[in-house]
Amino acid sequence: MIDVRQVTKYYGSFRAVNNLSFSIEKGEIVGLLGPNGAGKTTTMRMITGYLEPTSGTIEIAGETIAQNPRGVKRKIGYLPESAPLYNDMLVLDYLTYAARIQGVEDLDYVLSTAKTCGLYTVMHKGVGELSRGYRQRVGLAYAMLHDPEILVLDEPTSGLDPNQIIEVRNLIKEVGREKTVIISTHILPEVEMLCDRVIIVSDGVIAADEKTSQLQVKYGHSASLRVAVGSASFAELEQRMKAVDGVESVAKADIDEAGLTAVLVGFRDGAEIRPGVSKAVADAGWPLYEMAMQKNTLEDVFRDLTLGGAK
Amino acid sequence: MKFTIDIKKRPSWLVIALREVSSFFFSPVAYIVMALFLAITGFLFFSTFFLYNQASMRPFFSLLPILFAFFIPAMTMRLFADEKRTGTMEVLLTLPVTGRDVVMGKFAGSVVSIAVLLLPTLAYPLTISLVGELDPGVVAGGYIGSLFLGSAFAAVGIFASVQTDNQIIAFVTGFVICAALVFINSFLVLLPPGVVKFFSYISAGAHFENIARGVLDSRDFIYFISLSALFLLRTIIIVDDRRNA
Repeated sequence: MIDVRQVTKYYGSFRAVNNLSFSIEKGEIVGLLGPNGAGKTTTMRMITGYLEPTSGTIEIAGETIAQNPRGVKRKIGYLPESAPLYNDMLVLDYLTYAARIQGVEDLDYVLSTAKTCGLYTVMHKGVGELSRGYRQRVGLAYAMLHDPEILVLDEPTSGLDPNQIIEVRNLIKEVGREKTVIISTHILPEVEMLCDRVIIVSDGVIAADEKTSQLQVKYGHSASLRVAVGSASFAELEQRMKAVDGVESVAKADIDEAGLTAVLVGFRDGAEIRPGVSKAVADAGWPLYEMAMQKNTLEDVFRDLTLGGAK
Repeated sequence: MKFTIDIKKRPSWLVIALREVSSFFFSPVAYIVMALFLAITGFLFFSTFFLYNQASMRPFFSLLPILFAFFIPAMTMRLFADEKRTGTMEVLLTLPVTGRDVVMGKFAGSVVSIAVLLLPTLAYPLTISLVGELDPGVVAGGYIGSLFLGSAFAAVGIFASVQTDNQIIAFVTGFVICAALVFINSFLVLLPPGVVKFFSYISAGAHFENIARGVLDSRDFIYFISLSALFLLRTIIIVDDRRNA
């Protein structure tokens, strides 16, 4: 459905996106993840035709925007970052304006989209008077009112309150059953909740491209063991921990209580290190205050991948 | 409750033009510009009208180029600059439209707005015809010529607006280009003889003088059409160039 091939984008001499390649199948919901300035918005702008890549090609259902600007753009529904809208129009006028340009002749479809997005009560209000949440919904309705095959949503839940976030997520989930969706976000639980697949970009390159469920397994340890003991220095503890069979890494962890030392022990997948760790602590004669298994979240994976890329 | 809204198919440029016109008349700026335009033309025209002691619209049409050089960039300055500033440019250009649809839509909207701006000034020839013999052909020709002049300046103003996201810069750029086109023929005596013919040809002032006198020459109309085409094509190229945007 969407084929991005070796796409590079320069702004002047600044390279925002570097040799990016990925392809998205029909029906997938893909999360584009990355820290601010990683190239998410630039990538989305290139997919929707607002920007043209400096080099490389983007094909939407086998065609580029340059080959068929009207036809390809009609396949896409786009919600730009922070939903820019014409503030001097009424919501109804804005939606019918977009419908006319999209060639939608069925007004009932437009109205039912507005209803789905919860806009029925504000149809006759000026766009400029709307709150942040309603603006975002107008942007969503606008993106969907021509029933596009592809939805490109740039940070669809930013600036919304928790209730609105849940509403918008449910909406996307519902719509996403039939459509191909690309969402950019830096809210990680959102990705876990919505997306089948995650593409992590960092400094304009892809740091990871995986099924959401595979990401944690493949990158970083799926769990680590937190150990806190008394009357030992970090160096001593580290040395003892490293000697335990299966341990791969030992990192200093924060602890509030004075006199205690805490470490985060990473280990080989599938290895059981707890008996070894407790024995090592007991052998050294340190009192054990804490030993807990921590499941690594997507956030840890994200940190690993994006901070690693920055080095 | 059942809505009845006609959303039958229209070309994209027309949808854009209609939005621009309604957006212009939705804002108070439109009425300030129109009132100011009427006050200034009314004052300048009638303050000399009785001195000439002639039933002629010529003093009005002679004023028009320099007034248009000021008022039309003020009307067109927001067209692209505002879309760029608020980010709606991104929305507009990702709709299924081409640069040509966008630019021609905004241009058509401006031409309609200019026609509306000129409409109340029809009161002047009507008043004059009460007190004297006015040649209706000359007046009609003058108004048609004014619309061509206005269209050409609108093209210049749109070109100025696409260069920046700052409306003031767009206005000043548009005003400078239009004023230069109006005044070139006043400076011809200072120029070397070899280039006089060229500068006289590109001067909007010289071409509009014929129209103001009541002489309708196809060459003058071709000049205004070419001027519009030049600036509009350049604007379309800029809008369509998404590589360096």
